[in-house]
Amino acid sequence: MLPMKIGVLAVQGDFDAHRHRLEELGAEVVLVRCPEQLNEVDGLVIPGGESGAILRILGRQGVEKLKQFVRVKPAFGTCAGAILLAKEITHPEQEGLGALDVRIRRNAYGRQINSSIRQGKLGDSPMEMVFIRAPRFERLGPEVEVIATQGEDPVAVRQGKILAATFHPELSEDTRVHQAFLDLIGNGTL
Amino acid sequence: MTSSGGSNGNSSLRLKTGLAEMLKGGVIMDVTNAGQAMIAEKAGAVSVMALERVPAQIRAEGGVARMASPKKIREIMDAVSIPVMAKCRIGHFAEAQILEELGVDYIDESEVLTPADEAHHVDKHAFKVPFVCGARNLGEALRRIAEGAAMIRTKGEAGTGDVVHAVKHMRQIMSEMRGLKVLREEELYARAKELDAPLELVQLVAREGKLPVPNFSAGGIATPADASLVMQLGAESVFVGSGIFMADATHFADPVDAEQRARAIVRAATHYKDAKVLLEVSEEVPSAMKGLAVSAIHESQMLQTRGW
Repeated sequence: MLPMKIGVLAVQGDFDAHRHRLEELGAEVVLVRCPEQLNEVDGLVIPGGESGAILRILGRQGVEKLKQFVRVKPAFGTCAGAILLAKEITHPEQEGLGALDVRIRRNAYGRQINSSIRQGKLGDSPMEMVFIRAPRFERLGPEVEVIATQGEDPVAVRQGKILAATFHPELSEDTRVHQAFLDLIGNGTL
Repeated sequence: MTSSGGSNGNSSLRLKTGLAEMLKGGVIMDVTNAGQAMIAEKAGAVSVMALERVPAQIRAEGGVARMASPKKIREIMDAVSIPVMAKCRIGHFAEAQILEELGVDYIDESEVLTPADEAHHVDKHAFKVPFVCGARNLGEALRRIAEGAAMIRTKGEAGTGDVVHAVKHMRQIMSEMRGLKVLREEELYARAKELDAPLELVQLVAREGKLPVPNFSAGGIATPADASLVMQLGAESVFVGSGIFMADATHFADPVDAEQRARAIVRAATHYKDAKVLLEVSEEVPSAMKGLAVSAIHESQMLQTRGW
């Protein structure tokens, strides 16, 4: 079987960290800077970064193309990526791709000084989680499944082929969340 | 809620460099008020540097340049949702303490301000807030990293709009790193001594081929082509200081021009290797600041020689 071709949106953010992780897991990675490149990938990772800046750099045309992509193909967003995938974004309000039926609040834990590394749970098993100026899910739609928690908070969720985490698994050694995304692309489920 | 993100050790450094990772491929812009900060955010800046005066003004007006007033920085923090950085003087750990208390997202211990200590930089490990520091060569970069800097930027020559020394410093750092990779293990000891840098960091760079923290570029970047140039040479993001909001050293640019210039440099940073996009943005962009040739500046007037 050919290795899966995964796009990592590389307009801005920690796309390199995602690339390293995916390559480590045997995927072929394409850094996506132009909308046309979306035609050649089986799934897309939207990295951490500044969600507003990513939206602005993408422009109208880029955003529309991404919206079409995430309607039919698997996508995985971390932090800013999770914000971009959401239907409803607050603090401040912002446009999203609408692929994930959630309300998400930007910078919900505060500024950089409040960034932290915490122990959470992926399913029932412990997992280190790196939160950087992280957002928080405030409302989850009926079709949204929680796959990871930190304390009381849902911190990674799935809806169909869309996966989103408010933390940065690409900045930890643990490969399980990225592996879950690759499984999702390969099998259509977790 | 258990948190291991305190000011201790490895986890703290991962959080500090983590934020720098999020800024990669982006543009960090100098701003002097809330209005400029909003223009920068709207144009796609990933972060803003809150200042009282931009480097071109500091250079023109002279006097002692200090940390910006907290009131001014707070006004900028309240105006935007992107991370806000602010500068402290080299060695001025009390200014850094004030900036940390204020809640800025990154502190730039900067040669653009008048140094407060002739021998010591700030002990950046003592802070929870991350620091960026300037460097002209690998030894300087590694000394700053040893002190706890979580991001390095080339110094270039700030406030000139002349990219020549940003290029010089990026080439210097990149070529010194490449040079380490071909040395034998026992040769690294002598090289560390020559670089005046900690051996462990020299060994790390020789092994990894890159700095252990993100490496950005600053100091004279004024056009989309400048941003592309330094990024093709190895910079992972760019700081644009006076180049966006100044027409020359003493006059602000028209805000509409500034926004267009900001937008163009942001696109150039994303598509830094794509000449087609670079041509497009270069055609749209209004003329850059007048600038000051670095070769016409006497060495004693240079900002880059501050810091040790």
